[in-house]
Amino acid sequence: MSTTSISLGAGSRARWWEFAVWILLLLLPVLLPKHSLLVSEITIIALFAMSLDLVLGYSGIVSLGHAAFFGTGAYAAALFAKHINPDPLTGLLVATLVSAVLGLVCSPGILRGSDLTRLMVTLGIALILQELANKMDHITGGADGLQGVLMGPVLGRFEFDLMGQTAAYYALAVTLLVFLLLRRWVHSPFGFSLKAIRDNRLRAQAIGIPVHARLMAVYTLAAAIAGLAGGMQAQTTGFASLDVFGFDRSADVLLMLVIGGTGWLWGGLMGAVLFKTLHSLVSALTPQYWTFWIGLFLVLLMLVGREKLLRPWTWGRRS
Amino acid sequence: MKTFLNLRALMLTLGMTALAAQAQESFKIGLILPMTGQQATTGKQIEAAARLFMAQNGDKVAGRKVELIIKDDGGIPDAAKRIAQELVVNDKVGVLGGFGLTPLALATAPIATQSKTPMVVMAAATSIITEASPFIVRTSFTLAQCSVAMGDWAPKNGIKRVVTLVSDYGPGIDAERFFKERMLLNSGQVIESLRVPLRNPDFAPFLQKVRDLKPDALFVFVPSGAGAAVMKQFLERGMDKAGIKLIGTGDLTDDDQLNDMGEGALGVVTSHHYSAVHPSAVNKKFVDAFKKANNGMRPNFMAVGGYDGMRVIYEALKNTKGGQGGGEALLAAMKGQIFESPRGQIFIDAQTRDIVQNIYLRRVEKKDGELYNVEFDVIKEVKDPGKTK
Amino acid sequence: MLTLLFDGVAYGMLLFVLAIGLSITLGLMNFINLAHGAFAMAGGYTLVLLMQKAGWPFLPSVFMAFAVSALLGLVLEVTLYRRMYHKTHLEQVLFSIGLTFMAVASVDYLVGSTQQLVQLPEFLKGRTELWDGALGMGHYRLAIIVVCALLAWGLQWLLVHTRFGAQLRASVDDRRVAAAMGINVNTIFMATFAVGSGLAGLGGALGAEVLGLDPVFPLKFMIYFLIVVAVGGTSSLTGPLLAALLLGIADVAGKYYVPKLGAFIVYTLMVLILMWRPQGLFTRGNA
Repeated sequence: MSTTSISLGAGSRARWWEFAVWILLLLLPVLLPKHSLLVSEITIIALFAMSLDLVLGYSGIVSLGHAAFFGTGAYAAALFAKHINPDPLTGLLVATLVSAVLGLVCSPGILRGSDLTRLMVTLGIALILQELANKMDHITGGADGLQGVLMGPVLGRFEFDLMGQTAAYYALAVTLLVFLLLRRWVHSPFGFSLKAIRDNRLRAQAIGIPVHARLMAVYTLAAAIAGLAGGMQAQTTGFASLDVFGFDRSADVLLMLVIGGTGWLWGGLMGAVLFKTLHSLVSALTPQYWTFWIGLFLVLLMLVGREKLLRPWTWGRRS
Repeated sequence: MKTFLNLRALMLTLGMTALAAQAQESFKIGLILPMTGQQATTGKQIEAAARLFMAQNGDKVAGRKVELIIKDDGGIPDAAKRIAQELVVNDKVGVLGGFGLTPLALATAPIATQSKTPMVVMAAATSIITEASPFIVRTSFTLAQCSVAMGDWAPKNGIKRVVTLVSDYGPGIDAERFFKERMLLNSGQVIESLRVPLRNPDFAPFLQKVRDLKPDALFVFVPSGAGAAVMKQFLERGMDKAGIKLIGTGDLTDDDQLNDMGEGALGVVTSHHYSAVHPSAVNKKFVDAFKKANNGMRPNFMAVGGYDGMRVIYEALKNTKGGQGGGEALLAAMKGQIFESPRGQIFIDAQTRDIVQNIYLRRVEKKDGELYNVEFDVIKEVKDPGKTK
Repeated sequence: MLTLLFDGVAYGMLLFVLAIGLSITLGLMNFINLAHGAFAMAGGYTLVLLMQKAGWPFLPSVFMAFAVSALLGLVLEVTLYRRMYHKTHLEQVLFSIGLTFMAVASVDYLVGSTQQLVQLPEFLKGRTELWDGALGMGHYRLAIIVVCALLAWGLQWLLVHTRFGAQLRASVDDRRVAAAMGINVNTIFMATFAVGSGLAGLGGALGAEVLGLDPVFPLKFMIYFLIVVAVGGTSSLTGPLLAALLLGIADVAGKYYVPKLGAFIVYTLMVLILMWRPQGLFTRGNA
């Protein structure tokens, strides 16, 4: 058990390369101005993946419906901007709160049952929300999507431009903040108790960890952050449509997280970058059949195992 | 509002610098099409038609080389919007085109407005699309045009009580509304209006309900590709034997699928703007060339929308001597164009920027061993009745 | 009303045949195989291609659909799936999603993305109306109910009255002890997976007429198969059967009576059931 005691403390100090990567990321809109749109898109998805990591990597819950919260945040932010106040930051707050409430309400569903049950419940919730958004088309625009979302400038000064620069900075800044917060969190006793629950629920219960309360708390937190990401998505694109709830979205983010590695917050970011880059490259070559190559990659990845396939420095990262 | 002003300044600067380099650079046409997903057949048809047009008319217009860039949006509006942004900002396309579904066009409209890039809608069919941006021109059709034609024809041919069944999205709702209004105007009745979800529709329970209501006819609108499923269920429930006629817009008997539907589709009357067997020399040439270039695949109304869209772009390029004057000049050159398309005579209304065309009434018949929509009546120069502005 | 019930039962029986392979795989090998829909699709396309391109008649094509899918399942089990048994559920899920993506794209590439239409033989077309239209039975759906019922009965007989069935049940209950008793668990897995996939293919072929067939079939219907298995449990045949019937009838009735809500009803029902009884409606104790 010596590896456990080393890794418990080791992870909490920031390593030098983490600073370097973040500085590079924040400079991306300047270094690659033509790809600002892609940068903001990847950042938002990375945040979404990070929130899933809380649920999957740190608590061991397999969720195929995390897009439920992403979508809720997206529509909440879009509707807020359209009908009440176009200020982005307020809208983001609203989106986060609404998703957190939804997460809290849904969290009892993931407590009991087998992996399959949880899979189904999470999937079911996402599907129900998608149907609801479809039916309430006088509010959500239904299958046509929510039009006419005009965002105000961020902090009253920075407008959302066509090039996507503001969007990129906005997304990066918010994601960095959340990342820092999450880092503190997972290296706190709360975070450790989650890992204990993930590794052996019965034992965790035996030593007095309030399993249900912790799981509900982490699920609500993950939902809130997913909603935050969704809200940013709606704000930076000025649009919300039914696909924000789609199975594709939940599956994609799950995939990204697994590629990047669960259980360490960087997995979401790495996976998002890798997946999106792969997607862009492959779909430029074969716009119609790129899913085949992604599928093949996935199959190989699962067969061979992530550690062997990707860089060797990820060995020993799993705690 | 502020966003617009700032953007206009930015775009103006960019536009100025772009103009200088324009004459030498190639003119890029960015087509955003659903190449994967439920509407993939639309993307395939339009791509084939666009390439056919370029093969027939060359890739040089007014001394400038024309380049076609085709991107897949998977039928997802978010993706369409982002792709449009990238095409305009990164690839510097002179014109956007395609748009297989209404939400895709609506999502992209702000991009067209902000960047002053003309947007040629080759497939989507809801009336309000052209109102979403002053830079939108349409070469496809609107459901309102077709439904109104059917709403006129049906009561005059013994059909008084109708149930409508449409897919629950923009074009479907348009079809339902305009058909109903026209029926009422002609002293007909729409006893029930049913809406089916756009994704994963299951027609069986809905058609059962129609059967129980016992109308004279069932009026159907579903997007291109879903017609076969409706037809199947209609026949399986024995509705034709129960005396219920099947009518609808031409999307139901889409040329792409019609021949595979079997003899049960014979006699179905639809209203639409294009049939692959439209008796004109221009059409025959088009269909033959299309089939030759695409393994015998029959062109449908989506293909014709793409073909004519390319023509509109080429003509505008010629008239502006290679696109001088930027997006606004191109747009002006697109308005008011009039020519003979494989579907018949069409023109682009200068005020609404929408297409004005003939709507034909056709019946499914067998010709040369294959099923076709044979035209038996026509309403000429139908303007889209769905405009609110 | 009766017609609705009839339609719902037909739909449910079809879903049962489609999903039973998944249920057994999950119960036996503890493997969440989301690619199950791809085997169904393989069966459907085998039927369509044989009938359209090779001119085969309907019944032999249906049989071939079963055979092709079973063979496909056999090959994949030995080469790929076997390596994934000891991995986590997450990896299995992603692996099977990857397979599904590959299947969907391959079919799209090879056959195209239009809906495939099946030309039924004459004796299966047609409709019988009883009691002055109160009960309308499409002949095809009637055939589906009969065939699926026979299959269900056959499977039950196989499980209960044959040696293979006994070995299968033993392996499901406790794999290690069964192996210790000399039961060749690997062979059982292989055979079961093959039969399960074959049944999926058969369901896909039969369902092509009723459910439609296009490359995105596996993704569209995956959720329904999963619902049947999750609600019906994996420890019996009757569980999934009842769950499938319930699902079929609820879906059809929901769309008829409350078309505005449609599929929403099914999903809500499922989530509520699973939250109330996480191990499924029909299992005893732990799955």
